[in-house]
Amino acid sequence: MFDIVEIVQQNWTLFLIGQYPHGPLGGLASTLILAALALLLAFPFGLLLALARVSPWKGVYWVATTWVYVLRGIPLLMVIFWTYFLVPLLIGHNITGFMTMLCTLVIYQSAYLCEIIRGGIQALPAGQYEASRALGLGYLRTTVWVILPQALYNALPSLISQFISIIKETSLGYVINVQEVTFAANQVNNQLLTKPFQVFFILAIIYYLLCFGLTHLAGWVERRIARKRLGDGGHTASSGPLLATDN
Amino acid sequence: MHPMIMFSKINKWYGEYQALTDITAQVQPGEVVVLCGPSGSGKSTLIRTVNRLEDIQNGQILFDGQDVHGTDAQINRLRSRVGFVFQSFNLFPHLSVLENITLAPSKIRNLKGAAAKQKAMELLDRVGLAHKAGAYPAQLSGGQQQRVAIARALAMEPPVMLFDEPTSALDPEMVGEVLSVMKGLAKDGMTMMCVTHEMNFAREVADTIWFMDAGQILEKSKPEAFFLQPSHPRAQRFIADLRAH
Amino acid sequence: MKHDFDLAAILRGEYAELIVKGIEMTLQLALFAWLLAMALALFLVTVRLTGNKLADRLVAAYVSYHRNVPTLVQLMLWYFGVPTLLSESTQLWLANHNTEYLFSVIALGLCQAAYFCEDIRSGLRAIPSGQTEASRALGLGYVRSMRYVILPQGVRNCLPSLINHTVLLFKNTSLAMAIGVMELTYATREVENYTFRTFESYLVATVFYLVFSLLLMGAGALLARHFSKALAR
Repeated sequence: MFDIVEIVQQNWTLFLIGQYPHGPLGGLASTLILAALALLLAFPFGLLLALARVSPWKGVYWVATTWVYVLRGIPLLMVIFWTYFLVPLLIGHNITGFMTMLCTLVIYQSAYLCEIIRGGIQALPAGQYEASRALGLGYLRTTVWVILPQALYNALPSLISQFISIIKETSLGYVINVQEVTFAANQVNNQLLTKPFQVFFILAIIYYLLCFGLTHLAGWVERRIARKRLGDGGHTASSGPLLATDN
Repeated sequence: MHPMIMFSKINKWYGEYQALTDITAQVQPGEVVVLCGPSGSGKSTLIRTVNRLEDIQNGQILFDGQDVHGTDAQINRLRSRVGFVFQSFNLFPHLSVLENITLAPSKIRNLKGAAAKQKAMELLDRVGLAHKAGAYPAQLSGGQQQRVAIARALAMEPPVMLFDEPTSALDPEMVGEVLSVMKGLAKDGMTMMCVTHEMNFAREVADTIWFMDAGQILEKSKPEAFFLQPSHPRAQRFIADLRAH
Repeated sequence: MKHDFDLAAILRGEYAELIVKGIEMTLQLALFAWLLAMALALFLVTVRLTGNKLADRLVAAYVSYHRNVPTLVQLMLWYFGVPTLLSESTQLWLANHNTEYLFSVIALGLCQAAYFCEDIRSGLRAIPSGQTEASRALGLGYVRSMRYVILPQGVRNCLPSLINHTVLLFKNTSLAMAIGVMELTYATREVENYTFRTFESYLVATVFYLVFSLLLMGAGALLARHFSKALAR
């Protein structure tokens, strides 16, 4: 197991940034960039889909719902293959693995982000919508200025969780030779050949530390939101013989 | 006749906070005891020690001669002989009203089938809800749920019934229906300990009032005496506050 | 880009066979992984319920690992890494048998067990504590309380999450192709390679995955409705 330290020492640049500058940027850096870009680009799509799914217009609703159900019903790998096949056809020339993976993640995650945002919207008390309409604000203004700010704020922990999922999903880029950290690990393994367990263990630890850290962040954000929503200085039900209940 | 419930120098702490201090008291068979006092006085804590929903650090509680908190106490057997009615009813939502009532008798006393159903229907009749036997708790009002909870507790034919603020979670118009069931039980000679804020009920039905504050029983007296002129100054303040409403 | 759409071309003869075999493999993989995951999850939940601090931490660590490491990486660790830890003779035995399938079941099962375990635990935690008090106050012992009052409610609570994660498990079987298991996605690629009919072969696989996922979700919804008849309204 001592090999692990040795392997990390000898290959950390490969794990971290791939073959850069002797090749494209890879490794963990590439993983993070891919995931962050995917989240950023998928978010507006997810938002539009969510609005479509809560809208009163049937056509819009059904198109969005079908999109979401289809993407949630097929494996990410299939979406990767479809994208790999269709995008070059649509735009006339080939695209890099990185771009393919990015497009895939944006399409795939638009469905999941849609559901998260939609959940955030529907979790708001109906009174919010009613109060806003009662003031004379139209549907669009209500949505933009009253509903969405609250819904998105409440959905923040789930959005962070989804970011974690995206990071994990980037690992599938390996299958189409995208230079992210899983690919880097396989490169290291192919060089060393005799220490597969150590190499993949390192890979697992990298993902674990990254995602675990982000999970904690999500938990922290969730607690802050809960405190803010319940009123500050909030002692919710707690250890309490000192509180005025008989029990 | 030995007392049904006997508290001997009961002390209880939640960490640093002492919830019950040197409680010594008795409940005779057939007696109706009402515990009252300000919030946080330990009333609910005290009655929850009787069936060991709360532990005690010091002292002894005897139920029908048996040590409730002893190490060899057969707690399940004991609990099946103490009926407990909760403030939040705690009916089992996945079972119908009838099933809620027959669950314990069928599993513990092996009372099954038609005999169980008949018994349950009798109890439902007694609380005025025979027509709701097939309904589920979610379909009942708060007052109805609490009455079913009482029937459920009665199904095990306990010699003692404990009530922990049975009407505090109810809308005002439903309090009466629950209290009248409890009055009926008292009239039939049930031994009862009742934590409640319903002072009229206490006046009508209690044999003894225990006034508690800060974990101690400050006064035990007959209802007429208590409501007219309590002896303990804290109790006097309590009654005065009540009258101010 | 002129592409004549010919579904029949791939749905005949040997190609159809490949696809059907792939479907079989996918379903088998999903089933066995699911059974492993459920059994393990129930075990883990029971361990957590004992209240032993060390056991609780170990289970928490198990869950944490499997939820933060990508499934593909877990698969790789099992298939490429674990055999090298075993003795020579075991490795020899493994090399002669179909280990891709075995390790896929193990990896997928272990991974989903973590999710199922959390689902079940959340389901149990969502039950108000008054339920335990009420059933114990009636004199029902620990086992009976669990069996007649707590668990029935717990199952209803965790059903939606369990169904979602079952669909997830089903979709994750496609990852096994990365280590050479000939499940549906692998078979689809094979057919595509032989026939160059990318669109049709992908379509068949997509339709199958979609239909089956929807079936699972539908079955789940039916189950949920059956159980919550009592609790609804």
